[in-house]
Amino acid sequence: MTYTISSRQLDSKIPGGPLEDKWENHKFSIRLVNPNNKRKFKIIVVGTGLAGASAAATLGELGYNVEVFTFHDSPRRAHSIAAQGGINAAKNYHNDGDSVFRLFYDTIKGGDYRSREANVYRLADVSLNIIDQCTAQGVPFAREYGGYLDNRSFGGAQVSRTFYARGQTGQQLLLGAYQALLRQVAAGTVKLHRRTEMLDLVVKDGRAVGIVTRDLISGEIRSHSAHAVVLATGGYANVFFLSTNAMASNVTAAWRAHRRGAAFANPCFTQIHPTCIPQSDEFQSKLTLMSESLRNDGRIWVPKRADDNRPPDQIPEEDRDYYLERMYPAFGNLVPRDVASRAAKRMVDAGKGVGPLKNGVYLDFSHAIERLGIDVIADRYGNLFEMYERITDENPYKVPMRIYPAPHYTMGGLWVDYNLMTTIPGLYALGEANFSDHGANRLGASALMQGLADGYFILPYTIGDYLADFLGDPVVPTDDPAFREVEDEVRGRISGYLNTGGTRSVDWFHRELGKILWDHCGMSRNEEGLKKALAEIPALYEEFKRDVRVLGTNESLNQSLEKAGRVDDFFELAQLMCLDALHREESAGGHFREEYQTEEGEALRRDDLFAYVAAWEWTGNPQAPALIKEPLEFEYVTPSTRSYK
Amino acid sequence: MGGPDRKDELVATEERRRDPWFVDFYRSAVGKKWVMALSGIVLLGYLVAHMIGNLKVFLPAVDGVPELDLYAQALRSLLFPIAPHGVVLWILRVGLIIAFLLHVHAAYSLTIMNRRARPVDYAGPRQYLAANYASRTMRWSGVIVILFVIFHLADLTWGIQPAAPDSWEHGQVYANFIATFSRPWVTAFYVLAQLALAPHIFHGAWSMFQSMGVNHPRFNRWRRYFAVALTAVIVVPNVIMPLSVLLGFVGA
Amino acid sequence: MNITLQVWRQESADRPGRFVTYQVTDIEPDMSFLEMLDVLNERLIAQGEEPIAFDHDCREGICGSCGVMIDGLPHGPQLGTATCQLHMRKFRDGDTIVVEPWRAAAFPVIKDLVVDRSAFDKIIEAGGYISVDTGSAPDANLIPVPKEVADTAFDAAACIGCGACVAACPNGAANLFTAAKVAHLNLLPQGQAERWRRTEAMVETMEQYFGSCTNHGECEKACPKGISIDFIAMMNRDYAKAKVKNRRLLSQSN
Ligand SMILES: Cc1cc2nc3c(=O)[nH]c(=O)nc-3n(C[C@H](O)[C@H](O)[C@H](O)COP(=O)(O)OP(=O)(O)OC[C@H]3O[C@@H](n4cnc5c(N)ncnc54)[C@H](O)[C@@H]3O)c2cc1C
Ligand code: FES
Repeated sequence: MTYTISSRQLDSKIPGGPLEDKWENHKFSIRLVNPNNKRKFKIIVVGTGLAGASAAATLGELGYNVEVFTFHDSPRRAHSIAAQGGINAAKNYHNDGDSVFRLFYDTIKGGDYRSREANVYRLADVSLNIIDQCTAQGVPFAREYGGYLDNRSFGGAQVSRTFYARGQTGQQLLLGAYQALLRQVAAGTVKLHRRTEMLDLVVKDGRAVGIVTRDLISGEIRSHSAHAVVLATGGYANVFFLSTNAMASNVTAAWRAHRRGAAFANPCFTQIHPTCIPQSDEFQSKLTLMSESLRNDGRIWVPKRADDNRPPDQIPEEDRDYYLERMYPAFGNLVPRDVASRAAKRMVDAGKGVGPLKNGVYLDFSHAIERLGIDVIADRYGNLFEMYERITDENPYKVPMRIYPAPHYTMGGLWVDYNLMTTIPGLYALGEANFSDHGANRLGASALMQGLADGYFILPYTIGDYLADFLGDPVVPTDDPAFREVEDEVRGRISGYLNTGGTRSVDWFHRELGKILWDHCGMSRNEEGLKKALAEIPALYEEFKRDVRVLGTNESLNQSLEKAGRVDDFFELAQLMCLDALHREESAGGHFREEYQTEEGEALRRDDLFAYVAAWEWTGNPQAPALIKEPLEFEYVTPSTRSYK
Repeated sequence: MGGPDRKDELVATEERRRDPWFVDFYRSAVGKKWVMALSGIVLLGYLVAHMIGNLKVFLPAVDGVPELDLYAQALRSLLFPIAPHGVVLWILRVGLIIAFLLHVHAAYSLTIMNRRARPVDYAGPRQYLAANYASRTMRWSGVIVILFVIFHLADLTWGIQPAAPDSWEHGQVYANFIATFSRPWVTAFYVLAQLALAPHIFHGAWSMFQSMGVNHPRFNRWRRYFAVALTAVIVVPNVIMPLSVLLGFVGA
Repeated sequence: MNITLQVWRQESADRPGRFVTYQVTDIEPDMSFLEMLDVLNERLIAQGEEPIAFDHDCREGICGSCGVMIDGLPHGPQLGTATCQLHMRKFRDGDTIVVEPWRAAAFPVIKDLVVDRSAFDKIIEAGGYISVDTGSAPDANLIPVPKEVADTAFDAAACIGCGACVAACPNGAANLFTAAKVAHLNLLPQGQAERWRRTEAMVETMEQYFGSCTNHGECEKACPKGISIDFIAMMNRDYAKAKVKNRRLLSQSN
């Protein structure tokens, strides 16, 4: 697999002026649509997670004619529901020195200087409005006894700026957005399509004009036409098969858009979360995240000797290796996600893993219990301990927890400009589906913030600028050849899966693909491994095309068929991820290239060569994409090396 | 995708408001549950009063007239002379009948609604964790109560044989009482009916708090205790009285 | 472990369904119930038989997608646990386990164990929100909410919309689902402006699809989030008040 350098230039449309004024100025200078004309514009929103639901609700409130699609049985089931920890906002309610600029700074630094200053500043800026909006909707954020909002602190920040609703912040925020969305459905401004999956994008004369969907119950393939299409379809961490994402999360919508011309940026920037429950058997389908906050009191260790099979309570102190405390005396167990994850992998690779499958490290609370008492620990982590016990049947008050890193979030995604428009005019991408704000690594509690910023406060303004050109133009009719062709392609793909008549299930291929990717494009990567993956994946993909077995028909609910299409797209994405990882000869955030590390084994960024966004263009040949570089300039923060020693 | 059908005889909230308040309120199931609770309170109040009045069978006669007959007399002359004889009693009776009819009608229509809400039952066996014998047999205990009331009226109010004893005579409340319960099968029937009534009262007395939203974390436990106590207060004397007659403790 | 599964198989809404018996051998006690179904499905595919359809997504007990009747109990024998969080160690080697879909007129079966729960969305559409357009909110700390109130509102808001309450209710009623949302919003100061309108509309919409509550309390036991039927009492109270207040408000506006 090779790539070419595209001749195209990307215009990120970043407004001029000082950082603080860019968004205000931009809002003033872009065109608006008159309130009475809004209903003449039809907008398709795909996805009802935080980004999609908030965007669709807000566009509906503004008076646009919105159609929203989700493959779930209700908008409330989107993957966003599972977010636990919280959402950041620079409210500075606790007077601890927080500010919009500090949140901006932390996010740029946390992203290892691979994101755009202007976007991140705007994100920090609108974070204030998000909390106001959600509170007014009735989101039951945690409160102090005085009745005011409580905050907690999260990794990567020295201030307390994370708003939370017990361990279910994502659920409560999503329900707020879902309720706002259903209010618009009831008001008739938004039409909701449940259990309907977008299978392709329709582009005519270079503009996005609609989508083709499959009704997951009847199998009907249908075209939907609009003046603009908004994708808020989430991240692609499930390409690894085992991840903390919901089972149905997938890349199809974004990938199909990519194949129709939308550039895909930084696919190799994926985040591995250090504290997940290790896999317990071959058949496991999903990994469960345990809140990062556990690292505040738990101590991480492995036996010093490889293949030490004694139960943890029989391993004396002198035979234990508290490796994070040893390697990073200053930060100890609280090093950032990527550092903690890589260290755990090194231990397990060295044969020091614990648990029946030797695939975890201990997270031990016995010292904390001795020091603080069992009640304090129960108060802080009771519900997490309970969840852990429910899954593993082990009592963390008595036996150390076992944890291991797992794929969790994808910073990469569809390339968008400052208006959140992709390289296809009329096609927008929001939330985890775009690449915009987190650079090479996302800070905790910032994904929810970004999804809601995009959906509530950014897209509803910026989309008007595009639509203004088309006032009075009807949408392209769905019997236009542009739609017909895409529909035929979609039908062809479906009958292809059903008629392959192979021997292996879709899940089998997905699991194999995940293994390759995890081994070679996971927590740490090197040239040799990536090249190996780039040889193995196409071979497996060929086998998939030849040997996949999808039973049943198109004309009824068919979950294997749904998966087949998603895994098919994962195969292509996986190759681009490996290529992107191979081309980026530096280590940055979640992308760790073994060849590029400091003497102490830390990530070595190469700002002179790689301070750019890698946006990949589809050339028609999955083996030969074209690269467009969007250079990143830092005017307000100076890139420096992170150190946690 | 169509989704489930809604029941078309129900109309939108705005249209419903054109109807009189009670009709509108009663149309909803929550409203019906309120009506069941309120009429239940009336019926329970009546049961308590009725039971206390009947306890007078244990009192000695005054000047040869049984206390119970005097009491019956007194009921008929309530508020006399302001109101003519019997009128107040009839007003109370009408109130009671209305409460009874509403209670039964509400129960009936909710049953229909609930049947329709689950037209296809579980094919496998079901387990229940909270629903108890009382709550699940409300319909049947209710039907038994209706049958019992009809018998009871025929027996002691209307004097229709064979429910009433051969010696039944209008106004001779005490004598009729003794005569009817001297027949073992009648006493047995009354006792059984009371036992069927017990779970009905128990679930109803607890349930009415819930239906009317009378709840408070601190007192929620007491709602159960109250229900048990009220059931005992009504049922125990009602069982003792006929048995006392049959066993010859009274009226011998 | 080896178990015998009796699973409801139904091709589509308009076809009759039936129980099919499967022997599932060699499964691990540490598997979740859904992973056991995954394994069975893999084996079915290998044999050329269409896999069993069931709804699931997060597998963390939060999205509310999963949910089947297991041995006559919604979400199975472990209280406070969604189907996806139930593990095979709760069963014994050699057990026979009966699995069937939720049953209610409002939840028609789509296929096998999958039902259509969109009637829940209809209830929310009727008023399960606070009408605040994006951008019109005041500063979040302008309205203090007593911690106790916020906590109780949260207890109600924890509902995941799985439908176990309806499945458990002998009457197929959705009062716990509806009451949880009514209580969440009616308790908060932000929710007061629409309190009476919301209660009336949500209750009456609920009754267009579901049965009525006769206070069995079965829903509370089935709820994977342990939501209390006290919220139903609260809704009943607010409904009666709403019926009076809304008429008064209406007569004022005319
Ligand atoms: C376990 C876990 C915990 C997390 N905790 C936090 C946290 O504490 N703080 C934080 O900030 N972030 C957290 N995150 C990250 C955060 O939850 C996600 O990044 C964010 O919710 C993504 O939102 P979204 O709206 O972009 O997409 P999603 O919520 O993934 O929604 C995608 C939507 O698109 C629809 N869709 C997708 N493809 C199609 C298609 N082809 N056709 C039709 N519909 C489609 C889906 O139905 C769905 O509605 C966490 C993530 C995980 C996995
Ligand atoms: S799969 Fe999400 S709650 Fe069970």
